[in-house]
Amino acid sequence: MRPNNNHPVRNGITQTTEQRIADDELRSLDTICTNKSTIVGPWWHNIKYLLVGVVFGIVFVKAEVVSWFRIQEMFRLQSFHMYGVIGSAVVVGMISIALIKKFKLRTIRGEQIKFTNKKFNKGQIIGGLIFGFGWAMTGACPGPLFALIGSGALVISIVLLSAIAGTWVYGYFRERLPH
Amino acid sequence: MIDYLKQPWPWYIAGPVIGLIVPALLLLGNKHFGISANLRHICAACFPRNISFFKYDWRKESWNLFFVAGILVGGFLAAYYLSDPNSLQVSPALMADLEHFGIRDHGGLLPAELFSWSALGTLRGLIMLVGGGFLVGFGTRYAGGCTSGHAIMGLSNLQWPSLIATICFMVGGFIMANLILPFILSL
Repeated sequence: MRPNNNHPVRNGITQTTEQRIADDELRSLDTICTNKSTIVGPWWHNIKYLLVGVVFGIVFVKAEVVSWFRIQEMFRLQSFHMYGVIGSAVVVGMISIALIKKFKLRTIRGEQIKFTNKKFNKGQIIGGLIFGFGWAMTGACPGPLFALIGSGALVISIVLLSAIAGTWVYGYFRERLPH
Repeated sequence: MIDYLKQPWPWYIAGPVIGLIVPALLLLGNKHFGISANLRHICAACFPRNISFFKYDWRKESWNLFFVAGILVGGFLAAYYLSDPNSLQVSPALMADLEHFGIRDHGGLLPAELFSWSALGTLRGLIMLVGGGFLVGFGTRYAGGCTSGHAIMGLSNLQWPSLIATICFMVGGFIMANLILPFILSL
Protein backbone atom coordinates (compact mmCIF):
# COMPACT_ATOMS: atom_id res chain seq x y z
CA MET A 1 0.00 0.00 0.00
CA ARG A 2 1.35 3.42 -0.92
CA PRO A 3 1.25 6.15 1.72
CA ASN A 4 -1.41 8.67 0.88
CA ASN A 5 -1.63 12.12 2.42
CA ASN A 6 -5.42 11.96 2.67
CA HIS A 7 -5.32 9.17 5.21
CA PRO A 8 -3.90 9.21 8.70
CA VAL A 9 -0.75 7.14 9.00
CA ARG A 10 -0.20 5.38 12.30
CA ASN A 11 2.88 3.38 13.10
CA GLY A 12 3.66 3.22 9.43
CA ILE A 13 0.32 1.54 8.66
CA THR A 14 -1.82 3.39 6.14
CA GLN A 15 -5.55 2.83 6.27
CA THR A 16 -7.76 3.11 3.23
CA THR A 17 -11.09 4.90 3.63
CA GLU A 18 -12.93 1.55 3.78
CA GLN A 19 -10.56 0.24 6.45
CA ARG A 20 -11.01 3.45 8.44
CA ILE A 21 -14.80 3.23 8.31
CA ALA A 22 -14.69 -0.45 9.31
CA ASP A 23 -12.35 0.40 12.20
CA ASP A 24 -14.60 3.26 13.35
CA GLU A 25 -17.59 0.91 13.33
CA LEU A 26 -15.78 -1.76 15.31
CA ARG A 27 -14.49 0.81 17.79
CA SER A 28 -17.95 2.22 18.44
CA LEU A 29 -19.43 -1.25 19.03
CA ASP A 30 -20.96 -1.58 22.51
CA THR A 31 -19.72 1.79 23.66
CA ILE A 32 -20.76 5.38 24.13
CA CYS A 33 -17.48 7.06 24.83
CA THR A 34 -15.77 7.44 21.51
CA ASN A 35 -13.53 9.91 19.78
CA LYS A 36 -15.62 11.60 17.09
CA SER A 37 -12.80 13.83 15.94
CA THR A 38 -11.02 13.21 12.66
CA ILE A 39 -8.08 15.44 13.61
CA VAL A 40 -4.98 13.43 14.44
CA GLY A 41 -2.55 15.41 16.57
CA PRO A 42 0.68 14.67 18.41
CA TRP A 43 0.35 12.66 21.63
CA TRP A 44 0.82 15.66 23.90
CA HIS A 45 -2.46 17.12 22.67
CA ASN A 46 -3.99 14.48 24.94
CA ILE A 47 -2.63 16.19 28.04
CA LYS A 48 -5.72 18.39 28.18
CA TYR A 49 -7.82 15.28 28.77
CA LEU A 50 -5.46 14.26 31.55
CA LEU A 51 -6.10 17.62 33.22
CA VAL A 52 -9.90 17.19 32.92
CA GLY A 53 -9.38 13.74 34.48
CA VAL A 54 -7.47 15.28 37.40
CA VAL A 55 -10.45 17.53 38.20
CA PHE A 56 -12.78 14.53 37.91
CA GLY A 57 -10.59 12.41 40.20
CA ILE A 58 -10.43 15.12 42.88
CA VAL A 59 -14.22 15.54 42.81
CA PHE A 60 -14.69 11.75 43.03
CA VAL A 61 -12.64 11.51 46.21
CA LYS A 62 -13.69 14.79 47.86
CA ALA A 63 -17.41 14.16 47.32
CA GLU A 64 -16.89 10.57 48.60
CA VAL A 65 -18.46 9.17 45.42
CA VAL A 66 -15.72 6.51 45.54
CA SER A 67 -16.73 5.38 49.03
CA TRP A 68 -18.21 1.89 49.38
CA PHE A 69 -20.32 3.29 52.23
CA ARG A 70 -21.94 5.98 50.04
CA ILE A 71 -22.87 3.37 47.41
CA GLN A 72 -24.38 1.08 50.07
CA GLU A 73 -26.37 4.05 51.44
CA MET A 74 -27.65 4.78 47.93
CA PHE A 75 -28.85 1.22 47.28
CA ARG A 76 -30.34 0.97 50.77
CA LEU A 77 -32.04 4.39 50.51
CA GLN A 78 -30.18 5.57 53.59
CA SER A 79 -28.83 8.80 52.14
CA PHE A 80 -29.69 11.31 49.42
CA HIS A 81 -26.07 12.20 48.60
CA MET A 82 -25.45 9.95 45.56
CA TYR A 83 -28.87 10.72 44.07
CA GLY A 84 -28.02 14.40 44.36
CA VAL A 85 -24.62 13.93 42.70
CA ILE A 86 -25.86 11.83 39.75
CA GLY A 87 -29.12 13.79 39.35
CA SER A 88 -27.49 17.22 39.26
CA ALA A 89 -24.70 15.94 36.96
CA VAL A 90 -27.32 14.71 34.48
CA VAL A 91 -29.26 18.01 34.61
CA VAL A 92 -26.09 20.05 33.97
CA GLY A 93 -25.04 17.64 31.19
CA MET A 94 -28.49 17.84 29.52
CA ILE A 95 -28.51 21.64 29.57
CA SER A 96 -24.94 21.72 28.21
CA ILE A 97 -25.72 19.40 25.28
CA ALA A 98 -28.94 21.26 24.52
CA LEU A 99 -26.95 24.53 24.34
CA ILE A 100 -24.22 22.94 22.18
CA LYS A 101 -26.90 21.69 19.74
CA LYS A 102 -28.92 24.92 19.77
CA PHE A 103 -25.96 27.21 19.09
CA LYS A 104 -24.17 24.60 16.91
CA LEU A 105 -21.02 25.13 18.96
CA ARG A 106 -17.71 23.90 17.55
CA THR A 107 -14.66 22.44 19.25
CA ILE A 108 -11.65 24.62 20.06
CA ARG A 109 -10.13 23.35 16.80
CA GLY A 110 -13.20 24.46 14.84
CA GLU A 111 -14.68 21.01 14.26
CA GLN A 112 -18.42 20.45 14.28
CA ILE A 113 -19.50 18.52 17.40
CA LYS A 114 -21.05 15.19 16.42
CA PHE A 115 -23.70 13.17 18.21
CA THR A 116 -24.88 9.68 17.37
CA ASN A 117 -28.02 7.93 18.51
CA LYS A 118 -27.68 4.78 20.57
CA LYS A 119 -29.53 1.68 19.39
CA PHE A 120 -31.35 -0.51 21.86
CA ASN A 121 -30.24 -4.11 22.40
CA LYS A 122 -30.85 -6.71 25.12
CA GLY A 123 -27.35 -6.11 26.44
CA GLN A 124 -28.49 -2.90 28.06
CA ILE A 125 -30.86 -4.94 30.23
CA ILE A 126 -28.80 -8.09 30.92
CA GLY A 127 -25.44 -6.33 31.06
CA GLY A 128 -26.99 -3.48 33.03
CA LEU A 129 -28.22 -5.86 35.74
CA ILE A 130 -24.83 -7.65 35.85
CA PHE A 131 -23.00 -4.34 36.21
CA GLY A 132 -25.49 -3.29 38.93
CA PHE A 133 -24.58 -6.42 40.91
CA GLY A 134 -20.87 -5.65 40.59
CA TRP A 135 -21.38 -1.99 41.44
CA ALA A 136 -23.17 -2.81 44.71
CA MET A 137 -20.49 -5.39 45.65
CA THR A 138 -17.36 -3.36 44.97
CA GLY A 139 -18.99 0.02 45.60
CA ALA A 140 -17.21 1.26 42.52
CA CYS A 141 -17.97 1.79 38.89
CA PRO A 142 -14.99 1.98 36.52
CA GLY A 143 -14.14 5.67 37.17
CA PRO A 144 -13.84 5.36 40.95
CA LEU A 145 -11.61 2.27 40.54
CA PHE A 146 -8.89 4.52 39.08
CA ALA A 147 -9.47 7.29 41.66
CA LEU A 148 -9.29 4.79 44.54
CA ILE A 149 -5.99 3.33 43.33
CA GLY A 150 -4.62 6.88 43.08
CA SER A 151 -5.84 7.67 46.59
CA GLY A 152 -3.65 4.85 47.92
CA ALA A 153 -6.15 1.95 48.13
CA LEU A 154 -3.79 -0.29 46.16
CA VAL A 155 -5.83 -3.46 46.80
CA ILE A 156 -8.37 -1.99 44.34
CA SER A 157 -5.89 -2.80 41.57
CA ILE A 158 -7.08 -6.41 42.01
CA VAL A 159 -10.66 -5.25 41.35
CA LEU A 160 -9.45 -3.35 38.27
CA LEU A 161 -7.54 -6.38 36.92
CA SER A 162 -10.62 -8.50 37.49
CA ALA A 163 -12.77 -5.94 35.65
CA ILE A 164 -10.33 -6.02 32.70
CA ALA A 165 -10.62 -9.82 32.74
CA GLY A 166 -14.43 -9.49 32.76
CA THR A 167 -14.29 -7.24 29.71
CA TRP A 168 -11.98 -9.70 27.94
CA VAL A 169 -14.30 -12.63 28.68
CA TYR A 170 -17.21 -10.58 27.32
CA GLY A 171 -15.25 -9.95 24.13
CA TYR A 172 -14.48 -13.67 23.87
CA PHE A 173 -18.15 -14.77 24.20
CA ARG A 174 -19.73 -11.71 22.57
CA GLU A 175 -21.03 -13.45 19.42
CA ARG A 176 -22.72 -16.18 21.46
CA LEU A 177 -24.52 -13.81 23.87
CA PRO A 178 -28.07 -12.50 23.24
CA HIS A 179 -28.13 -8.93 21.96
CA MET B 1 -9.58 28.31 51.50
CA ILE B 2 -7.59 25.07 51.70
CA ASP B 3 -9.33 24.19 54.96
CA TYR B 4 -12.66 24.76 53.26
CA LEU B 5 -11.67 22.48 50.34
CA LYS B 6 -10.59 19.76 52.77
CA GLN B 7 -14.13 19.25 54.02
CA PRO B 8 -16.27 16.67 52.19
CA TRP B 9 -17.80 18.36 49.13
CA PRO B 10 -21.61 18.49 49.03
CA TRP B 11 -23.57 16.90 46.17
CA TYR B 12 -24.64 20.27 44.76
CA ILE B 13 -20.97 21.13 44.08
CA ALA B 14 -19.79 17.67 42.94
CA GLY B 15 -22.75 16.86 40.67
CA PRO B 16 -22.61 20.03 38.53
CA VAL B 17 -18.79 19.78 38.20
CA ILE B 18 -19.16 16.17 36.97
CA GLY B 19 -21.91 17.33 34.60
CA LEU B 20 -19.60 20.00 33.16
CA ILE B 21 -17.11 17.31 32.12
CA VAL B 22 -19.57 16.37 29.34
CA PRO B 23 -19.36 19.72 27.48
CA ALA B 24 -15.67 20.13 28.40
CA LEU B 25 -14.70 16.93 26.53
CA LEU B 26 -16.99 17.76 23.60
CA LEU B 27 -15.61 21.28 23.22
CA LEU B 28 -11.98 20.26 23.70
CA GLY B 29 -12.07 17.70 20.92
CA ASN B 30 -15.37 15.95 20.09
CA LYS B 31 -14.87 13.32 22.78
CA HIS B 32 -17.84 11.53 24.30
CA PHE B 33 -17.59 11.13 28.06
CA GLY B 34 -17.15 7.60 29.36
CA ILE B 35 -14.77 5.45 31.35
CA SER B 36 -15.52 1.75 30.96
CA ALA B 37 -14.34 1.67 27.31
CA ASN B 38 -10.81 2.00 28.72
CA LEU B 39 -11.05 -1.56 30.02
CA ARG B 40 -11.65 -2.65 26.42
CA HIS B 41 -8.80 -0.46 25.12
CA ILE B 42 -6.47 -2.13 27.65
CA CYS B 43 -7.58 -5.55 26.33
CA ALA B 44 -7.10 -4.35 22.74
CA ALA B 45 -3.65 -2.99 23.51
CA CYS B 46 -2.34 -5.82 25.70
CA PHE B 47 -4.02 -9.10 24.79
CA PRO B 48 -6.26 -8.86 21.73
CA ARG B 49 -5.52 -12.50 20.76
CA ASN B 50 -7.65 -13.20 17.72
CA ILE B 51 -10.86 -11.77 19.12
CA SER B 52 -12.46 -9.47 16.56
CA PHE B 53 -14.00 -7.31 19.33
CA PHE B 54 -10.47 -6.22 20.31
CA LYS B 55 -9.00 -5.85 16.84
CA TYR B 56 -9.40 -2.13 16.29
CA ASP B 57 -7.03 0.82 16.40
CA TRP B 58 -7.15 1.58 20.16
CA ARG B 59 -4.67 4.43 19.64
CA LYS B 60 -7.55 6.49 18.23
CA GLU B 61 -9.00 6.38 21.74
CA SER B 62 -5.75 7.10 23.57
CA TRP B 63 -7.31 10.37 24.81
CA ASN B 64 -9.47 8.20 27.09
CA LEU B 65 -6.43 6.49 28.61
CA PHE B 66 -4.97 9.94 29.35
CA PHE B 67 -8.32 10.87 30.90
CA VAL B 68 -8.30 7.91 33.33
CA ALA B 69 -4.62 8.49 34.11
CA GLY B 70 -5.74 11.97 35.16
CA ILE B 71 -8.44 10.46 37.40
CA LEU B 72 -5.73 8.41 39.10
CA VAL B 73 -3.58 11.52 39.65
CA GLY B 74 -6.64 13.45 40.89
CA GLY B 75 -7.38 10.68 43.40
CA PHE B 76 -3.80 10.95 44.64
CA LEU B 77 -3.92 14.76 44.96
CA ALA B 78 -7.24 14.68 46.81
CA ALA B 79 -6.08 11.99 49.22
CA TYR B 80 -2.65 13.45 50.00
CA TYR B 81 -3.16 17.23 49.78
CA LEU B 82 -6.86 17.78 50.41
CA SER B 83 -7.65 14.98 52.82
CA ASP B 84 -10.27 15.58 55.46
CA PRO B 85 -8.86 15.32 59.00
CA ASN B 86 -12.25 14.08 60.26
CA SER B 87 -13.52 10.58 59.64
CA LEU B 88 -16.22 9.74 57.10
CA GLN B 89 -19.79 10.27 58.32
CA VAL B 90 -21.67 7.02 57.71
CA SER B 91 -25.44 7.00 58.18
CA PRO B 92 -26.38 5.43 61.55
CA ALA B 93 -28.78 3.02 59.82
CA LEU B 94 -25.99 1.60 57.63
CA MET B 95 -23.59 1.43 60.59
CA ALA B 96 -26.12 -0.64 62.52
CA ASP B 97 -26.68 -2.95 59.53
CA LEU B 98 -22.95 -3.50 58.98
CA GLU B 99 -22.34 -4.16 62.68
CA HIS B 100 -24.10 -7.54 62.18
CA PHE B 101 -21.42 -8.57 59.72
CA GLY B 102 -18.50 -7.45 61.85
CA ILE B 103 -17.77 -4.35 59.75
CA ARG B 104 -16.84 -1.66 62.25
CA ASP B 105 -14.17 0.32 60.42
CA HIS B 106 -15.90 3.42 59.06
CA GLY B 107 -13.11 5.96 59.32
CA GLY B 108 -12.04 6.01 55.69
CA LEU B 109 -13.63 5.65 52.26
CA LEU B 110 -13.53 1.83 52.40
CA PRO B 111 -13.97 -0.61 55.29
CA ALA B 112 -10.68 -2.41 55.96
CA GLU B 113 -12.59 -5.61 56.82
CA LEU B 114 -13.49 -5.95 53.12
CA PHE B 115 -10.91 -3.92 51.22
CA SER B 116 -7.40 -4.90 52.27
CA TRP B 117 -4.79 -7.46 51.24
CA SER B 118 -5.67 -9.59 54.26
CA ALA B 119 -9.39 -9.46 53.36
CA LEU B 120 -8.48 -10.78 49.92
CA GLY B 121 -7.50 -14.03 51.64
CA THR B 122 -11.02 -14.51 53.07
CA LEU B 123 -13.85 -16.06 51.08
CA ARG B 124 -16.09 -13.01 51.32
CA GLY B 125 -13.24 -10.64 50.44
CA LEU B 126 -12.37 -12.75 47.41
CA ILE B 127 -15.99 -12.82 46.20
CA MET B 128 -16.43 -9.08 46.77
CA LEU B 129 -13.19 -7.92 45.14
CA VAL B 130 -12.48 -10.47 42.41
CA GLY B 131 -16.07 -11.53 41.72
CA GLY B 132 -17.44 -7.98 41.97
CA GLY B 133 -14.71 -6.60 39.71
CA PHE B 134 -15.40 -9.28 37.10
CA LEU B 135 -19.12 -8.41 37.06
CA VAL B 136 -18.28 -4.71 36.68
CA GLY B 137 -16.05 -5.36 33.66
CA PHE B 138 -18.32 -7.94 32.01
CA GLY B 139 -21.55 -6.05 32.71
CA THR B 140 -20.44 -2.59 31.61
CA ARG B 141 -19.23 -3.83 28.25
CA TYR B 142 -22.31 -6.00 27.69
CA ALA B 143 -24.48 -2.98 28.57
CA GLY B 144 -22.37 -0.76 26.30
CA GLY B 145 -21.38 1.72 29.00
CA CYS B 146 -21.12 2.41 32.71
CA THR B 147 -22.45 5.11 35.00
CA SER B 148 -20.44 7.73 33.08
CA GLY B 149 -21.26 6.60 29.54
CA HIS B 150 -24.92 5.67 30.00
CA ALA B 151 -26.17 7.45 33.14
CA ILE B 152 -24.39 10.76 32.52
CA MET B 153 -23.44 11.06 28.82
CA GLY B 154 -26.32 8.96 27.44
CA LEU B 155 -29.03 10.57 29.57
CA SER B 156 -27.61 14.06 28.89
CA ASN B 157 -27.98 13.29 25.16
CA LEU B 158 -31.57 12.03 25.77
CA GLN B 159 -30.87 8.47 24.63
CA TRP B 160 -33.63 6.14 25.77
CA PRO B 161 -31.47 2.96 25.59
CA SER B 162 -29.24 4.69 28.15
CA LEU B 163 -32.27 5.27 30.37
CA ILE B 164 -33.05 1.54 30.22
CA ALA B 165 -29.43 0.71 31.03
CA THR B 166 -29.40 3.17 33.97
CA ILE B 167 -32.62 1.71 35.37
CA CYS B 168 -31.09 -1.78 35.11
CA PHE B 169 -27.90 -0.62 36.88
CA MET B 170 -30.06 0.62 39.76
CA VAL B 171 -32.29 -2.48 39.83
CA GLY B 172 -29.20 -4.74 39.85
CA GLY B 173 -27.66 -2.67 42.63
CA PHE B 174 -30.82 -2.77 44.76
CA ILE B 175 -31.10 -6.55 44.35
CA MET B 176 -27.44 -7.11 45.23
CA ALA B 177 -27.22 -4.67 48.17
CA ASN B 178 -30.48 -5.73 49.81
CA LEU B 179 -31.02 -9.37 48.89
CA ILE B 180 -27.69 -11.01 48.01
CA LEU B 181 -24.99 -9.02 49.82
CA PRO B 182 -26.24 -9.99 53.32
CA PHE B 183 -25.43 -13.64 52.45
CA ILE B 184 -22.00 -12.82 51.05
CA LEU B 185 -21.15 -10.61 54.03
CA SER B 186 -22.06 -13.34 56.50
CA LEU B 187 -19.62 -15.84 54.91
